[in-house]
Formats: sequence, C-alpha cells, structure tokens
Amino acid sequence: MNPMIFTPELKKRADQISANYPVQRAAALPVMRLIQETYGAISGEAELEIAEYFQIPPADVRELMTFYTLFYSKPKGKCHIQVCRTLSCNLLGAQKLIKYLEEKLKIKVGETTSDGQFSLDQVECLGACEIAPMAQVNKDYLGPLTKEKLDQILSLNYAGKIQV
Amino acid sequence: MEKLISRFFEIQKANTLSVYLEEDGYEVAKRALREMKPEDIESEVKRSNLRGLGGAGFNCGMKWSFVPRNTGKPIYLVVNADEGEPGTFKDKYILEKVPHLLLEGMILAAFAVGIHKAYIYIRGEYELPFLRLQEAVEAAYAKGFLGKNIFGSGFDLEVVIHRGAGAYICGEETGLLESLEGKKGFPRLKPPFPAIVGLFGCPTVINNVETLSYIPFIIKRGSEWFAKLGTERNGGMRLFSVSGQVKKPGVYELPLGISLREIIYTHAGGIRGDLKLKAVVPGGLSAAILKADEIDVKMDFDSLKAAGTMGGSGGVVVMDEAMSMVEALRVTMQFFAHESCGQCSPCREGTGWIDRILNRIINGKGRPQDLDNLLDIGAYLGGTTICALADGAQMAFLSYLRKFRSEFEEFIRKGSYAHA
Repeated sequence: MNPMIFTPELKKRADQISANYPVQRAAALPVMRLIQETYGAISGEAELEIAEYFQIPPADVRELMTFYTLFYSKPKGKCHIQVCRTLSCNLLGAQKLIKYLEEKLKIKVGETTSDGQFSLDQVECLGACEIAPMAQVNKDYLGPLTKEKLDQILSLNYAGKIQV
Repeated sequence: MEKLISRFFEIQKANTLSVYLEEDGYEVAKRALREMKPEDIESEVKRSNLRGLGGAGFNCGMKWSFVPRNTGKPIYLVVNADEGEPGTFKDKYILEKVPHLLLEGMILAAFAVGIHKAYIYIRGEYELPFLRLQEAVEAAYAKGFLGKNIFGSGFDLEVVIHRGAGAYICGEETGLLESLEGKKGFPRLKPPFPAIVGLFGCPTVINNVETLSYIPFIIKRGSEWFAKLGTERNGGMRLFSVSGQVKKPGVYELPLGISLREIIYTHAGGIRGDLKLKAVVPGGLSAAILKADEIDVKMDFDSLKAAGTMGGSGGVVVMDEAMSMVEALRVTMQFFAHESCGQCSPCREGTGWIDRILNRIINGKGRPQDLDNLLDIGAYLGGTTICALADGAQMAFLSYLRKFRSEFEEFIRKGSYAHA
C-alpha cells in the first residue's frame, strides 16, 4: 500500500510516541489522536494505514474507533458543542439547553449543520459539575451555561477565546 | 481548618515550577531520596491509613506492599487520572492547579516501590489539565527532578503522559491497563491483581491522582499526624467534589470523619433557593443515595459502608425537593447503560433493559409490573460480572427504588411527574 495518511512527518511523530512504550501497540490511542487532530477525523483509509503501522488487523482498529467516544470517522463542525447530560448538569437544566440548541441550530443531537459550522452532541459527565450545566465547546469547558450564553457562543463564531 | 492539597488551589500560578518551589515544593522528595529508605516510606504510608481516593478506598501502603520486588521484571507506576465518576472533579483541580504535587508524590511512591517508569493515564476530554500537567512534567525534567539521577540521588524515574479517548470503564484499574496497552478497555479477571501481573505483564502500582498527592504531606509530617486527621482506619482528609442543587458547588478538602450535613450546609452553603433537601449521592454516581434524614453519616469509607452506601470518589451530588427521583434514576441508568463496556452479559443487557424500561416510564407508558421487573433485573446486576461497574450500577439503582418506591409507583400510575 502506498501510504497517504502517514506522511513522513506523521510517521516520525508516531515513531516518537511509540518509543515511550515497550510494546508498540500501546501507542495506538495517542497515534490515533495524532491522526485525528491532523485530518479532523479517522477515515476508512486512515484505519487501514493505522492497522498497517501497528501490524494489527484492521478489525482491531475499527474496534478502537467504536469503543472510544473521542474518535470520529467524519469531521465535526468548526464549532463542536458537547453538552453534558449526566446528573449534576441534568439537575440544573441540561435538557432544556440541549433542546434550545436543537431548535436554534435546526439539527438533532449527533448532527452537524449543513454549512459545517456547528456540531451538537450530548455526552456523559465531563468532570466539571461545579460549573453545571456545562458543555465542552471545541477544547474548552464552559459553564454555568444559560440560553443567553449559548447565544453568545453561537454568534461569536466560536474561536476558543470567550470566557463564559 | 487546615488545608493541605487545596491550599495550593488559592495560590496564584501554583501550577508553575517556580511558585511550587517558593512553597517548598520538592523538598520532601529531595530529602526522602537522600535520607530515607524505600521501606520506611512504604511503612509510613501504610501507617497513615491513607486510603485509595479514586473510589475503592483500599489502604494505599498495603497496595504497594503486594508488589513483588525481585521478579527480574520492571515494576510500573500507573497514575489513574481518568476521572470519570459522575459528580467528581477534584483530580482536575490538582492537575490544573498543582500538578507538581502529584509529580512529587509519584517520585516518593516510585522510590518506595523501586519503580523507574510511570505512566499518567489522563482522560481524553481533559485539555487544560493535560496542558498544565505536560508543562509541569517538562519543567521537572528540565530541572533534573524527573529522568535520570533525580536530585543527584542516583534514582531514575521516567514519566509518560498517556491520554485516554473517552470511556468511563478505563477508570477501572484493569480496564485502564488494557487501554494503556492500546486495546479496548475491557477489565481483566482478577486474580492475578495488577500488583503481580499488571501493565505489559509486569508488577504494577496503580494509584489515583489525589491519593498520590497526599503522600508528600505524610512523609513531611508523619503518618501519625495524618492518621489522626481522619477516623479509625480512614486516615487524613479528602477532596469532596460537591455539586447539584447547592449554593456553592466546588471542591472542599475536609477530614474523612466530617458529616454529610456539614458538607452540604456549612461548606456548600445549603440548598439553592432554600428548598428542602430530598436526596444526596454521597460518593459518585455509583453510590447508593441517602435520604434527607440520613445525612448525619460520617463521610469516611467505613461509616458510609455501614450506612449501606460508599465513600467512592467523594463526589457529592445534592438534589432538592423539586427533583423527580424517576428522572434522577433515568439519567443515572442512562449513564451506566452507555458506559457498560459490553463484556459481561448481566451488565450489558441489564443496564440496557433498565434504561429502556425507565425511558418508557418517563414517557408515560409505565406498567404496574415494571417495578418488580426492574427489581428482578437489578438483583442479578451485581456480583455476577468481571468488574465493579455493575455493582455500582446496582447499588445506585436499588437505592432509588427502595427509598422512593412510592414515588415510582405514583409516577407509573399517573403517567407523569407533573400530576404525581
């Protein structure tokens, strides 16, 4: 196979990560994160190349893709909103916020707007119950959220800079 | 009341090496590596009655003592920073605000057990905690506090940060090991325990972030002092994560013998809107809930166990009188159904059945026989699986049904909470 995903640069970084472990396969999760952060998602081709890199069956890579929630086959929108739905956030109104976002973005949980700007997901406890109800927006933890604060996030074309 | 770990939360930039050093950071580890024997550190930790603060509550020094030292294989230290028990966010505070304290605790633990390689498994969603931890590890390496010949003592310790990828089950220590080996996080059958056969088939110590962060205090001020802060067999203090319908949610570091009432009303400011308390999760979502008249319980592991629940991860979730227990249980069981790894049938199927039945009830289509069916499923959830996820799910699940049965019956009869 002619590698398209593992460029020489990525291969080098993957080798560096692998050197942290006595068994190469232990680098699977960090290397998959590297691929996803580079390309925005882990495509079917990428899965095959990852399998080849680690000398493991493609089914093993698919298994990791589906077992772990942070790996995606398709890229998320530019602004990826993941609202926590677990108990502490639920107690303080997470469900209303999810409904509000669905109405406002005209998509359902799990979908991306057709212009690719926004993706909406609901997730289990993110470990930030002190700022409930909260969401992870791209890399940032934001909360306590209100409808007004969500409006702000949506209108700012979120770039990871606002403090809510 | 004196604060130990959380004292650093109030110091500006305590995450940086320079500020940590101004606060006498790394002094304990420096002195211990030069002056103490490894076995002295282990016995100090054992005598301090420091318990595993990730959830299991096992005596930390005892856990170390199970590790065979002369197998010819390397011994690994694995730090469990996969904080995922709902209602728990204290390790995030340590990682963000004082990561060097964790590193100092790791040096002491590694020296005590004869470990030269450590992995910190941090949950994949944590971004700022990861960045702060990474900065700290790099700064410690640059100063010679990690790597070869630490503090010029001749002791080596390499530290690797390993990021998870989103799976609650990887907080279970053997699920974590599988995940760290690049596989899906299916927990392992025990025995053998990780102390004997752990990471890459080698003896392994697995400790929680908070547990390790208390070790510098114990070595500095002695096991007797630390043990006395707590109750019998429950040494010291812990970081309680308090959330839900309280006025001041946050992390509170308190002695293990404190009452739940004091945590809620004295420290977390009482209930929002001055409503009445209805129920509390005392130790993370897997713990049995307590009713408002049960909150005089002491928050140490043994007292909570005697009260039919558990200390768990120290996550306290407070619910006021307006909260529907049917909805609270639906959210709780949705979590376990989502996070069950799927390895064992009673857990995979049981949490799924419960989740679907509760959803039907919430949607007004409950049937009179549902409660008995639920109790029947619940009875087979615990004690039948490889790991404790199902035991926790069972404990939480049955507590709602037993303590608030009439509310569930009424909801099923009327088809909604509004008219209940």
